[in-house]
Amino acid sequence: MRDILAQPRSILSGRLRWVLIAIFVVIAPFAMKELELLTNFGLITQVNRALIFVALAQGLNIVVGLAGLLDLGYAAFFAIGAYTFGLLTWPSHDIEMSFFLAIWICALVAAVFGIIIGAPTLRLRGDYLAIVTLAFGEIIPALVRNLGDFTLTFRGRVLIEDYNLTNGSQGLTPLGRPNFTFLENLFGLDKGALNVGVNPTFWYFAIVITSMIVLFSAIRLNNSRLGRAWKAIREDETAADFMGVDPIRTKLAAFAIGASFSGLAGAVYASMLGAIFPELFKFQVSIFLLIIVVLSGRGSIWGVLIGGIIIATFDGVFLAQVLPDIFNGEVLPEYDVQSLRWVFFGIGLIVIMIFRPQGLFPPKSIETKIVPPVAESLEGVQNS
Amino acid sequence: MSVILEAKGVSKAFGRLVAVDTLDYTIEDNSINSIIGPNGAGKTTFFNVVTGYYKPTTGKVVFNQRNISGSRPNQLTRIGIARTFQTIRLFNNLTARENVLIGMHHRLKSGVFGDIFRPPAVRREEAKAHEEAGQLLDYVGLKGYEEHAAKSLPYGHQRRLEIARALATQPQLLLLDEPTAGMNPNETQDMILFIRKLRDERNLSILLIEHDMKVVMTISDKVTVLDYGKKISEGQPAEVQKDERVIEAYLGRRALEMLKK
Repeated sequence: MRDILAQPRSILSGRLRWVLIAIFVVIAPFAMKELELLTNFGLITQVNRALIFVALAQGLNIVVGLAGLLDLGYAAFFAIGAYTFGLLTWPSHDIEMSFFLAIWICALVAAVFGIIIGAPTLRLRGDYLAIVTLAFGEIIPALVRNLGDFTLTFRGRVLIEDYNLTNGSQGLTPLGRPNFTFLENLFGLDKGALNVGVNPTFWYFAIVITSMIVLFSAIRLNNSRLGRAWKAIREDETAADFMGVDPIRTKLAAFAIGASFSGLAGAVYASMLGAIFPELFKFQVSIFLLIIVVLSGRGSIWGVLIGGIIIATFDGVFLAQVLPDIFNGEVLPEYDVQSLRWVFFGIGLIVIMIFRPQGLFPPKSIETKIVPPVAESLEGVQNS
Repeated sequence: MSVILEAKGVSKAFGRLVAVDTLDYTIEDNSINSIIGPNGAGKTTFFNVVTGYYKPTTGKVVFNQRNISGSRPNQLTRIGIARTFQTIRLFNNLTARENVLIGMHHRLKSGVFGDIFRPPAVRREEAKAHEEAGQLLDYVGLKGYEEHAAKSLPYGHQRRLEIARALATQPQLLLLDEPTAGMNPNETQDMILFIRKLRDERNLSILLIEHDMKVVMTISDKVTVLDYGKKISEGQPAEVQKDERVIEAYLGRRALEMLKK
């Protein structure tokens, strides 16, 4: 029997499918705007957030789903991307780099941190790796919180005194936004005509493009020399080593590329919010991303895309807005329904693990049916 | 014939247990060599030393005039040493073709950006690799199974797939750890012919560990017997078979005395 869920792409085929998807993607923000007016629930901003989480989850999927390295502190790279963007564009630092340049630097910086954080964990496997990454996930926000005022001395010499790098727990605000002044000048428009930094529809398209870049890279990598090496490491690291795959380089590449996706998404997210705080990158974020990957199907890029959109939108719209609206009116006026958020995901995980451990949309199904042994003696092996 | 691999005084100790004890061993070009010995004689440990999984405690291993003791397995794969495993270790959730492609990993040149943007050179390389993987699968008799998951293949096929994967690394020396374990007599006979074919057609040197004496005595150019990590006999199959030390190691001294009477 064909598994419909496992093959979300087989429902429609050919070019028509892509045209329909493109039309849907373009119309969606305008439809959502109408819906927002009708229902009073924030939709576009939540979908934007969901798409950011999809881009993040794609990065985590490379580390966890393809390379099989359980990373419980992945939000650290999200924080690094966002804070790098903050440092590059926060007015007090006098750099104020352009958005379009800064986001790529953020991706690069996150990749470098991916290697730095990945390096000490290379000899660890399974549970031990998870624990160390968990620690890194805690260290980065703590570091950000404490770099608001620091003094660096080296052998008695003060190198940096009372320097405010991250503005501590107050966070960085305002942050750089995409600037289209050059287009305004080019077309002779009024100053500020293209000032779209706070327009959710603009951000919707900006984030769709970001997610598409990440998605494209993930799809290409999945089916490439490096992607195969990741999967080999996941399946059997020792055997992969004997087959000529260098486990160290391969794992570092997974950490670096996973982190770079996260750095890019973090930078765009920071710019969209216009303000970032250490609290945005808590442990829960790592867990939420891991839930997206596991529920959707580890190693499945399309699965993580679809699952990520569903789960993150469900979280942002239904759990955060609709549910409180229903219950807080009369039934439970004082109760914070949103605190049940993790109960939902917990139950979801349990149900999935019991009934569909490979996730909702597992990777493209390969023929896993057991093949009956053919003839006793096989033609290909005979001496010809 | 020239020597392709030479182990000089190789020992490997785990704490106080000396698994391989000052072993001298050579493999000649284009030959089939077997290592036999009772369980725990140090055969697999020696394999693991030669393939870089263990660093020898003392002594050194020279492959093509190059000291390889202390090199990592993936480095040795690159210079031409490949192996299979006693218990099959395939990449279970990958297809047969992907398994073979992993063996080609070190020969392919594409980097991260090449993988993402796929310029024509990368496309050509991938297409060629896929085709070559198909040919290798055909060579080991797995035509038609290219897109099957490795774990779904029957046992004998999995053994062949392991060999195809090892061949994909383009080795000069192929180490087979009990290639006929768990096979029925027909399959074993096929494997004997196949190993010979590998030596003759692919110009390989083969080192194998094998318990099936019929296999060992049929195909080996040289047989080496290990016991407690030491070499106790070496030579052509017929010579080794008659060696009293070998009979003693396998059957015990009493048995030897009884045989003499």
